[in-house]
Amino acid sequence: MSTSTSLSDADTQNGFQVTERDRELILATQAGLPLVSDPWAEIGKQLGMGADEVLTRFQAMQQAGVIRRVAAVPDHYRLGYRYNGMTVWDVADDRIAELGAAIGELPFVSHCYRRPRHLPYWSFNLFAMVHGTTREEVEDKAAQIRAVLGDACQQHTILYSSAILKKTGLRLRK
Amino acid sequence: MQATTEARRQVPITDLNSVEKALINRLQHGMPLVRRPYAAVAEELGLDEQQVLGTVKKLLADGVLTRFGPMFHAGEMGGALTLAAMRIPEADFERVTEQVNSFDEVAHNYRREHDLNMWFVLATETREAIESTISAIEDTTGYPVYNMPKEQEFHVHLHFPV
Repeated sequence: MSTSTSLSDADTQNGFQVTERDRELILATQAGLPLVSDPWAEIGKQLGMGADEVLTRFQAMQQAGVIRRVAAVPDHYRLGYRYNGMTVWDVADDRIAELGAAIGELPFVSHCYRRPRHLPYWSFNLFAMVHGTTREEVEDKAAQIRAVLGDACQQHTILYSSAILKKTGLRLRK
Repeated sequence: MQATTEARRQVPITDLNSVEKALINRLQHGMPLVRRPYAAVAEELGLDEQQVLGTVKKLLADGVLTRFGPMFHAGEMGGALTLAAMRIPEADFERVTEQVNSFDEVAHNYRREHDLNMWFVLATETREAIESTISAIEDTTGYPVYNMPKEQEFHVHLHFPV
């Protein structure tokens, strides 16, 4: 990670330089990609850039990991995935690297991270997100995680989401 | 986005046709970066370009898709991401939701069934801005924010097949 303090001169981990032109492209598309046959030309028209330049910059940003992908983000509730369970685990610090990797490998775990404890109030240091169409499905998946963690896990709980309060994705300030 | 309460009860599962399902599955993986990307996806799926464009527009208008576009990686842009949680009494929940959501840095915010009942992702252009945004949220709302940045990433493969 670079120590630069603004996006415009940010050097990414793999040496990619986000230029002012790239930043304009990010601002122009952060609400979404134009739904027209040639979206790059459409974006270019707004910014005074050629379609080929727009596309080339997008390809470079994706290559560098600045853009993970250009993709659709569903509202998982609307697809029937009504139970979004953030399973959280209190795992022995000396086992978490090995066990976190094992949990991340489980096909039904969508995200898996180590995060800091806030003792004494919050003692969970491993987060694994699982989704299900029923609460039982989420609990069954949590039981499979529990089995992998074994006696390295002191306690765990499942935090179900009951409402999406906001979901805009990353936005830059204009 | 308007705050939705008790989404599980209120939000109906959407009946999707086979074209909609195929596009939702395909487009979660990322679109090819070619000159006419929608035509390329159409060809892959045996559809035509106008069908792809029309269906994506409809899914966005209906709210089945919350977004279609580039997914930026804040860390790779020199910025930062974190997960943060708050414990908000029921009587104050609506006010604090509005206040927290008013920060551009708040990318997602979920209500969860726990004593810590508000969980949001902060995305900022600089690493320093995480701390200052958390302080600003604490000052605005009057409640403490528990910062839980990722210390290690084990796997990310979010995908909802339909």
